[in-house]
Amino acid sequence: MPTKKEKDVAAERRTTGHEWDGIREFDTPLPKWWLYTFYATIVFAVAYCILYPSIPLFRSHTRGILDYTTRGALAKTTAEAGAQQAKFRDRIRDASLEEIRREPGLWAFAENGGRAVFGENCVACHRAGGAGAKGYPNLADDDWLWGGTLEQIQQTVTHGVRNADPDSRQSQMPRFGADGLLNRAQISDVADYVLSLTGRAAPADALERGSKIFAENCAVCHGERGIGNQDIGAKNLANGIWLYGGDKATVVDTITNARNGSMPAWGQRFDAATIKMLAVYVYSLGGGQ
Amino acid sequence: MDGTAIHAPDNDQESGPLYAPHEKVYPRSVHGTVRRIKWAVLWACLTIYYLGPWLRWYRGPNHPTQALLIDMPARRAYFFGLEIWPQEIYYLAGLLILGAIGLFLVTSLFGRIWCGFACPQTVWTDLFLWAERLIEGDQTARIRLDHQPLSLRKIGKKALKHAAWTLIAVLTGGAWVMYFTDAPTLARDLLTLNASSTEYLFVGLFSGTTYLLAGWAREQVCTFMCPWPRIQSAMIDEETFAVSYRDWRGEPRGVHKKGDSWTGRGDCIDCRACIVVCPTGIDIRDGLQLECIGCGLCIDACNTIMDRFDRPRGLIAFDTYANNLARKRGDAVRGRFVRPRTIVYAAIWLLVLAVMAFGLTHRGLLELTVLPDRSPLFVRVSNGDIRDGYTVKIENKAPEPRTYALSAARLPEATLHVIETELPPVASERGLVVEVTGDSIGTFRTYLQAPPRGDRLEIPFDFVVRDLASGETVRASAVFRGPAN
Repeated sequence: MPTKKEKDVAAERRTTGHEWDGIREFDTPLPKWWLYTFYATIVFAVAYCILYPSIPLFRSHTRGILDYTTRGALAKTTAEAGAQQAKFRDRIRDASLEEIRREPGLWAFAENGGRAVFGENCVACHRAGGAGAKGYPNLADDDWLWGGTLEQIQQTVTHGVRNADPDSRQSQMPRFGADGLLNRAQISDVADYVLSLTGRAAPADALERGSKIFAENCAVCHGERGIGNQDIGAKNLANGIWLYGGDKATVVDTITNARNGSMPAWGQRFDAATIKMLAVYVYSLGGGQ
Repeated sequence: MDGTAIHAPDNDQESGPLYAPHEKVYPRSVHGTVRRIKWAVLWACLTIYYLGPWLRWYRGPNHPTQALLIDMPARRAYFFGLEIWPQEIYYLAGLLILGAIGLFLVTSLFGRIWCGFACPQTVWTDLFLWAERLIEGDQTARIRLDHQPLSLRKIGKKALKHAAWTLIAVLTGGAWVMYFTDAPTLARDLLTLNASSTEYLFVGLFSGTTYLLAGWAREQVCTFMCPWPRIQSAMIDEETFAVSYRDWRGEPRGVHKKGDSWTGRGDCIDCRACIVVCPTGIDIRDGLQLECIGCGLCIDACNTIMDRFDRPRGLIAFDTYANNLARKRGDAVRGRFVRPRTIVYAAIWLLVLAVMAFGLTHRGLLELTVLPDRSPLFVRVSNGDIRDGYTVKIENKAPEPRTYALSAARLPEATLHVIETELPPVASERGLVVEVTGDSIGTFRTYLQAPPRGDRLEIPFDFVVRDLASGETVRASAVFRGPAN
């Protein structure tokens, strides 16, 4: 097919002077707009250096006359996002948990907000998704120490457990072994009995002794059948869910020394809206009652 | 050739120019069939472009009434009755593939008619040239004006021209942003200075690029910036129609005076009419070349000359290389449109079209996404059961609220519980009813609870969502997991 009839201009055209295996490189000038675009990038670079932080110095760097920092930009966008969220937060602050429950948009906002706060403050103990760890309750199951309704969760989060807050959840399990209330054999028997509540086998005589000890010492808080009492944070011992472990050595240790774990009063750190969002999120983990 | 015969200039002797000066192209106006077709295509394209955002389409209350709308903040694209969600971006990809393959097909058949007739660069350059011609006159007048010393008349003409260009550019940039928000509202806001700074910024950006590309850069865009001229040679073969100079008829060329004989010479009278009308400033008689955008204006120009000299038209014509050779030999010519190349392009194009048509006709108004909880993977509850959590997202693409039956299949012993409903857990296969507002995604924290088994639990099952109004049903597979003991 016809192609442009190239004039053989090789001998007349400038080359760069470089030569590889007899092949020389033309020194073809650029189009004018290309060159000016190149100049424009230089101007841009200089302007950028004047306007923005750019040149590293020994201990610092040039600041630029716009006084721009990425940290400042982040703070600005964070403040803007906060301002946009403010109307939701205000409504959550003013609404009761029951009202939040009934309004899907508010509920979704609270759940997502609660997830963020939970991720920053609660996962250290309660783990991601409220999965829990030894000594820190799993918040995703249906076993609650202090109750799993929205109001109960809100109360627990606000005032915490066994801390200096006057309204914190308070209760104390005696140190049956350490304080000499029960001897080693008695503790072993009652541990056997407690484990039998979830179907663990033990000698009949030990269970009989343990049952009596349990009725005299433990049933007042944990209930006659060991199903616990959420008013005083007494753990349900009959559902196979353990806070510190369900093997006999751990149960013996718990009876001997007691545990009495604590939790901070988050109401001292967060506003009411944040607490409500946390309550909604924890509730939505699946264990809510 | 003996390589050593070329003298390599000494680079130190003199430094060459930093740039090759741009030779301004002054295309002369032309009349004829191709020019008329080009005007028709130009006005058709501009009409579609400018009127597009003003077309209305009723979709129900509280929905945009604009037929063509890309709503970025709401993340929706509207094309008449079709509403596209972001996750359906493959429709856009399909459209682009159709465009690309279609361009391949058309180029292999007819050369660069896209470039010459319908490309926005060509359309707006033509429009700008038209304005330029109205104000500064035709080619010779423009050249003369540019070479004149500065005078009040020259300044006036230039100012008027750039004002006209700016007006067209602003109208162009203004129309573009109309596609992204409600056109009547935006037009009013823009005119009353109530639009947002972003909107003004984009109007300015698109106006600026239109002014630069169509007013100043013109053929430089086609020659230097656009990749398509580089790619197109792969689609063109000897059976492709392209703007061709019939050298077997035209050569040897030469000036022809009235009364001269036509014997022993070609029909080309070397009048340069084809060169002066060329918008990229090339000589088509050099053959098919990179800079040629296939607009065919040289055909009109040459035909006018041929008519004047009583020679047959078509010294320059849309023709194939093979035909040209055949004509030269005096053989019969034929247009071979069906070739392996065009068959392959057409087949791919039709395949993509069929896939897209299938997708569009089978596009439901309901989609289901299930995200299983990763932490904790499962929970043992008080009665010893295992419970898994899932975030179920139901996308209601209908404009009105819909109710759905949400259930789980292939997990008979499980119960299903949705936090958002306040309903007690139900048998998983029976399911429960949830509502999702129109044109939105409903998110449901869903829990499935089942007794443990002896072995490690890992039971595949399906979430099933059925639209109670239309009966449309979608499934999403998930896995129910539990501990090893």
